[in-house]
Amino acid sequence: MTQPAPQTAPAEPILTVNNIEVIYDHVILVLKGVSLSVPLGGITAILGANGAGKTTTLKAISNLLHAERGEVTKGTIVFGGEEVQALSPNDLVRRGCIQVMEGRHCFGHLSVEDNLLTGAFTRRDGNAAIRADLDMVYEYFPRLKVRRQSQAGYISGGEQQMTAIGRALMSRPRMILLDEPSMGLAPQLVEEIFEIVRKLNEDQGVSFLLAEQNAGVALRYAKYGYILESGRVVLDGDAEALRNNEDVKEFYLGVGGEGRKSFRNVKHYKRRKRWLA
Amino acid sequence: MDFLNSLLVKPFADMVAAPDFLIQVLWEGIVSGVLYALIALGFVLIYKSSRIFNFAQGIMVVFAALTLVGLHEKGVPALLAVPLTLVVMFILAVGIERVVLRPLVNQPDIILFMATIGITLFLVGFGEIIFGGENKVMITEQLYIPTGSFEFEPFGGFVSIEQKDLTAVIGAGLLVIALLVFLNRSKMGRAIRALGDDHQAALSVGISLSTIWVLVWFISGIIALATGIVWGARAGVSFALEVIAFKALPVLMLGGLESVSGAIIGGLMIGILEKLFEIYWGQPLLGGNTETWFAFVFALFVLLFRPQGLFGERIIERV
Repeated sequence: MTQPAPQTAPAEPILTVNNIEVIYDHVILVLKGVSLSVPLGGITAILGANGAGKTTTLKAISNLLHAERGEVTKGTIVFGGEEVQALSPNDLVRRGCIQVMEGRHCFGHLSVEDNLLTGAFTRRDGNAAIRADLDMVYEYFPRLKVRRQSQAGYISGGEQQMTAIGRALMSRPRMILLDEPSMGLAPQLVEEIFEIVRKLNEDQGVSFLLAEQNAGVALRYAKYGYILESGRVVLDGDAEALRNNEDVKEFYLGVGGEGRKSFRNVKHYKRRKRWLA
Repeated sequence: MDFLNSLLVKPFADMVAAPDFLIQVLWEGIVSGVLYALIALGFVLIYKSSRIFNFAQGIMVVFAALTLVGLHEKGVPALLAVPLTLVVMFILAVGIERVVLRPLVNQPDIILFMATIGITLFLVGFGEIIFGGENKVMITEQLYIPTGSFEFEPFGGFVSIEQKDLTAVIGAGLLVIALLVFLNRSKMGRAIRALGDDHQAALSVGISLSTIWVLVWFISGIIALATGIVWGARAGVSFALEVIAFKALPVLMLGGLESVSGAIIGGLMIGILEKLFEIYWGQPLLGGNTETWFAFVFALFVLLFRPQGLFGERIIERV
């Protein structure tokens, strides 16, 4: 399948980002016009190297940016048919858009169960419903049920990532912004986490926008991908098409056209090649 | 030799010789200890949820007490004046969040600390304009706080427990327990603890900073009122009351700025130790009046060996 990448994502987006520009501290321009969209019930990946702007894009959407003195200065973000760039993270969680931050960020001194329950902060539908969802989270992550009384600071990295995702689930999200879920985890665990993402997407209809450095895994689970470099989208397309794109293979998947080859054999000028260089 | 004797032997011999007196001293210690714990809790809650060291805690005590007495002077019945004062403290909390904290969000800690000094100055002036600067008497009787005392004769001696103090200890104790239950069992309490652990993550799950801030400032307003009533009943209501909040500083050093249980245990410990030291070591050896400095020196010693305080939250770091 080597059809050309379609220029637009499938119709009926839950999230549309139109040409946003983000400036930190009034001076540092991080995103220079990023546009992307996530279809309702889709899994979309943002790929890119360190500092490409993946996290900033997610934080711009969830508006955690504000707490780091960042600002969306241009463009619009539309979630569920409503412009949201002026809303607080609290408002966004209420509307069903929640971010799972890079590095897991569990509440270290709280038990796993308390961590999960904090995710239900914005809910108003009563204790019974929250308890039911807690059981649902334990069904997806049986390991968390075993460790429910442990302090979250002392559980393993994989369990922390599960806690962080479970915590987000407790808010009954329509969309989860998942930042670098594979960070610091063993390959097997990464696979496990992504399997759960897929399951949540299929059973619960949660849409996902995930930022990843691990392009190989991300492109296997996502349906659509955007590649970010220096604050701009340089390439986008169906996951399948991206996986087969020669440049993506070379820069992000570590595989050349003819299978694996040593970095030493890559010509010097090619090593330094970047789309924007 | 003589000195060593009076330092290491005689005090303990005295304690054993007059156990009734020891009980009296311990009781006095507990009374002030519970109050220190209460004030320290006010500091801890605000620090945990916003990393602000609230310099204004002391003046809030004065302001709450002044409002209560002032309202009563203006003809409001005492039992109605208490809830009204709480309303005032709530409005104050909302005002502080809107006018001071919200515009300063994300600023360095020191700036927020300076802002609480600003709040202090504002409350001093504002309180004086509305209620006048002269000393007032706490409306103890009108609040049905019993006076008089219980007397016991254990070990053939004599112990007297003032009912006023007993009420204070019970009241403060109940308030502390209520706070603990609130922090550990309720949704808002959980959110406060979460905020103390990881600010960013708390934001990301939709915990609303402004709600929590209003809440913790209101709680420390309630604490201020309770402290104001108790201390006002002992020492009168004046701006000098502000100082007692700073007696909570060594408690915080001892207990750690973030630890709720540390504040409680630290408060009781400081209260009891400073009384024991004053009676058994301070008066015979140093000519008395050690209570003003003992707690600070003690806290300093503790910090030498445990910089995070005795009960400071253990820093969890995974390796």
